[in-house]
Amino acid sequence: MSEATNQMLENLNALAGGLFLLAAFGMVATRQARGCLNLFITQSLLLAASAALLGFRHHSEHLYGVAVVNLISKPLVVPWLLRKTSPEEIYTRREVDQVLNIPTALLMALALTILAYFLGVPLSNAVEAEFRGPNVPIGIAGLLLGAFTLTVRREAVPLLLGVLAMENGAFFAGIAIARNLPMLVELAIATDGLIIVFIMGVLTRAVQKHVGTTAVGEMATLKEAGAEPVKEEAVAK
Amino acid sequence: MSALIILLIPLVATALVCIPLPKRWPMGVTVVACAALLVLTAQLAWRIAAGEAFVSALHAGMLKWIAVDGLSALVLLLIALVATTASIFSIGYMAQEGLTPGKLRLYYANYNLFIFSMLAVPMAAEPTLVWIVVELTTLCSALLVSFDNTHSALEAAWKYVLLSLMGAGMALFGFLVLFAAMQAAGGGTYTWDGLAAAAPQMPPILLQTAFVFILIGLGTKVGLVPMHTWLPDAHSQAPSPVCALLSGVETTAILYVILRMFPVMRAAPHSHPEAWAIVLGLISVGVAAFLLLQVRDYKRMFAFSTVEHMGVILTAVGLGTSAASYAAMQQIVAHSVTKSFCFFAAGSTLLALGTREIGAVRGLIRRSPGAGAALVLGGLAITGAPPLAIFLSEFSILKAGLTQGRYVVTGLLAIFIVIAFFGVMLHVNRMVFGAQENGQHAAPAIHHSEGSNGNKYRLPFSCGLALILAAVPMLLLGVYIPKPLHDLLTLAGAALTK
Repeated sequence: MSEATNQMLENLNALAGGLFLLAAFGMVATRQARGCLNLFITQSLLLAASAALLGFRHHSEHLYGVAVVNLISKPLVVPWLLRKTSPEEIYTRREVDQVLNIPTALLMALALTILAYFLGVPLSNAVEAEFRGPNVPIGIAGLLLGAFTLTVRREAVPLLLGVLAMENGAFFAGIAIARNLPMLVELAIATDGLIIVFIMGVLTRAVQKHVGTTAVGEMATLKEAGAEPVKEEAVAK
Repeated sequence: MSALIILLIPLVATALVCIPLPKRWPMGVTVVACAALLVLTAQLAWRIAAGEAFVSALHAGMLKWIAVDGLSALVLLLIALVATTASIFSIGYMAQEGLTPGKLRLYYANYNLFIFSMLAVPMAAEPTLVWIVVELTTLCSALLVSFDNTHSALEAAWKYVLLSLMGAGMALFGFLVLFAAMQAAGGGTYTWDGLAAAAPQMPPILLQTAFVFILIGLGTKVGLVPMHTWLPDAHSQAPSPVCALLSGVETTAILYVILRMFPVMRAAPHSHPEAWAIVLGLISVGVAAFLLLQVRDYKRMFAFSTVEHMGVILTAVGLGTSAASYAAMQQIVAHSVTKSFCFFAAGSTLLALGTREIGAVRGLIRRSPGAGAALVLGGLAITGAPPLAIFLSEFSILKAGLTQGRYVVTGLLAIFIVIAFFGVMLHVNRMVFGAQENGQHAAPAIHHSEGSNGNKYRLPFSCGLALILAAVPMLLLGVYIPKPLHDLLTLAGAALTK
């Protein structure tokens, strides 16, 4: 492959990386559950695109495999599964009072991204030159932003998507540095993501039925001494 | 081959309990399946203790996905043991809840799947595969934690799933970096053994980053402080037999994965996993010991004691000598059998009185002598009173620390253990022997305990049986460690230091 093509592939990959990061920022800040889902789908597509570009660049069938698995499982199966398991209401929910207001949350996210850069660059430098690129720092940023999403959101769907976004982040770094992972493992991890959606969907439905809300983050009866003890007879039910 | 059968049994049991037959069917199937598992894992452990190497490849010449050595055989044996006693305890416990047959089948199907996922953790030898089964343990147990469908149970389950998955995300990155480190070191089979072999050539920064991410990520699921916040909720809201599994063996199975990283780290030059282990371990023991003093819910009390013991085990591993590693393995065994007993005792108390509040339970020994005696024995056993199993193992740990000259670590550990002892016994003593305070009535009577406080409550037969079965190893291991178990512990300890 010519040098110019390689250069172009790497630039395209960097573009996908930049957009991937942007989508992660969007998931921190978007109030609408459906908007969050769309951003997550975009992010997964960008992960697939990056995998395909790197696969083309390094002639790796494994990475094509990652791209195909991501194309099928996240944009198609995840929303379908969510619709099957969870009440329709979750999509229309909007978080009015967030833990942090949006500008503060975005500033924190920015700080995390800078941290990710300083974590990621030494890691990139430790692997062979051909593995280097923007993937590792951006992947770590995706991971940390996903974790951050989990701490600032209250609604079921953004929380669930935060978990999956963390996985996306780990993989975005992974496709650059661990690209010969056995295909079976890739498939198993994708299946695992679907089980996550299923279980969390079922839990959300149960919460909505028995507690009457889908803002799962707002449930806070279980505390240490100082709070009112929970009065319940589990056995009696 | 027998290893694959061990994994197949719980899956077959899951399929069988889904058949709509009378209530006795799922209960019977689960007990039989767990007993069969116990026999098979004991056999496997026996053979490994006798020196037989065991490696099974799914495809000859391809990746070795399944491997069992001393350490994994020990964890397998403990899982099967607690699964068996918990399945017996479930019979009486679930009968009291008055469930519909459908709900009961759901419980048992989930129960067997959960056992499957836990058994797969020590068996899988490929780290990313291990990560997947660790995720499965969370996902299979989530619906067991939320089983009661009360506000607090759902909240606990959600917290459990969210924080565990958050940790798992971190750990996934750790495992991918580990894979990259392996590639940078020139490849080889990506298994625990292969990693230890390749470790000296790995770039240190990759290996250490991987270790920290895995320790933090999986440490969340083990309940190490400060990532422990979900644990007391989940381990107190689940039905008691499930608590026994969660606290007794699930935490151990996940800790096993962290322990697997130690030989890899030790093979690499200039990496100090011991420091991480001792710092995180001591923080966990200390924080849990003080939190134990202020609990209001007796199931939460035992949950905090799990955090404490995970810290003790990690500290012992961090001491690093072979004596300390042996003692850590002893502690793993003692904790699993004792903690399951404690949760059976707590479950019996809950059945007798219908409340989880420490303040509402007074004079339990008069209301239900069986539950009261079990709670006292459990409290004494879990806090390390002689001559019970945990006394012996904690004593060995402290002894190993002192002979090594680590006075500060050992001293702190001893102080925290003593604080935990007072914390637990203070509550247990009041609950079991305390006089009924004036104006404060016992917990609201529940449907099966009609009548006044004077009535004695009889424990269901199966609950009593499970308590006795769980008490046997707890009492026995305090005075005598059989030869095969000693060999197995030595092998398991050696797997950490090699």
